[in-house]
Amino acid sequence: MALVFAGVCSHAPGIVGRAEQAEPAAKKRLYDAFDDLRLQLEASKPDVLIVVAAEHFANFFMNNMPSFAMGMADYYEGPIENPDWLGIERTRIPGNRSLSERLISKVMERSDVSYAEEWKFDHGIMVPLHFLTPNYDLPVIPANINCQGPPLAPLHRAWKFGQALGEAAEAVSERVALIGTGGISHWPATPDSGKINEEWDRQFLDQWSRCDKEAMLSYSDAESYLEAGQGAFEIRTFVAISGATEGKLGTVHFYEPIPIFAVGCTTATVNL
Amino acid sequence: MVSLYYVQKFLFELNRDPEFQSRYTADRHASLSGFDLSHEEKRALVEPDIGLLFHLGVNGQILMHFAAFHSIEWQDYLQQMRDGLEDHGPVREGVYAVTGYEGVAAHTSRLGQTENTVGGR
Repeated sequence: MALVFAGVCSHAPGIVGRAEQAEPAAKKRLYDAFDDLRLQLEASKPDVLIVVAAEHFANFFMNNMPSFAMGMADYYEGPIENPDWLGIERTRIPGNRSLSERLISKVMERSDVSYAEEWKFDHGIMVPLHFLTPNYDLPVIPANINCQGPPLAPLHRAWKFGQALGEAAEAVSERVALIGTGGISHWPATPDSGKINEEWDRQFLDQWSRCDKEAMLSYSDAESYLEAGQGAFEIRTFVAISGATEGKLGTVHFYEPIPIFAVGCTTATVNL
Repeated sequence: MVSLYYVQKFLFELNRDPEFQSRYTADRHASLSGFDLSHEEKRALVEPDIGLLFHLGVNGQILMHFAAFHSIEWQDYLQQMRDGLEDHGPVREGVYAVTGYEGVAAHTSRLGQTENTVGGR
């Protein structure tokens, strides 16, 4: 059936791991936004949540780097990071191997995708789950777009991967929710960590909310790198969600630069 | 010889594998066996020298997880990278060029988030 929920959110590790270092009011605004996003997700009564992530070398490395990959297991584990550093306990997250296999088979009709029968989650998935499924009681299917180790698949292929995901969701009977997680402009894990190009972010989010395919696919990595940092390569996750919900408008519920979290913190949903 | 690929491969495997982490903790030098590394790279991985690893071009996401494993506090991690650039020069290769930034504290204040307890530069 058609997707029951689609959205995007930030996943920066500092959102949880450095929570006490933020201005309390700014932190509360973001946490409230995540809580609203959780309520919207729960109201859609999903059977599964596909997380389109931009992992940071938790599973995939330059010895064998897939542009697109999906998990196909009955459970996953995370976080790989020091739990004290991330502020999230290590745990087991339920998956759904059968459903993964059906979805992946369908995605393969339109897009090349690797599958993985084991997958360790890093902050890119654990931070969103920490807020959206805090009891880890909703089966999750991880999907990854390589946004870290160039060469990276171009944006139009991220769009097509999202399209394939959307079509695959329609082909199964389960109620599928979809969330893309990534940063917009940011310079994570560098001495420039905390730098945010708010103007660039707001322009991209405006394009995303209007599902402006031409505008979103016109970004080049070289320009994004200069204006929005290497973290902006992760807009591929946002683009994939738009591809999965082509023609549908989105609503940005929250956007605020919070430097200690190292990203313009965002929550948004597609009006399905 | 510079072998950024194997430096990052070592860190990738260490970051995600608790058993490998135990071996590293027990004998850091021995855990390097099997990776094609220069003397300088081995030293940086064993100490660890975060600044040198950043200068060599280690992807920040890989390096961040490694620093977290060593329980290096966030502001110290950022400072060690800055010190590495000061001591060794700009990042040699990779996508982690430094572009200049006013710092978290000044930025936070400029945004009006004035009640923070950030100790950043």
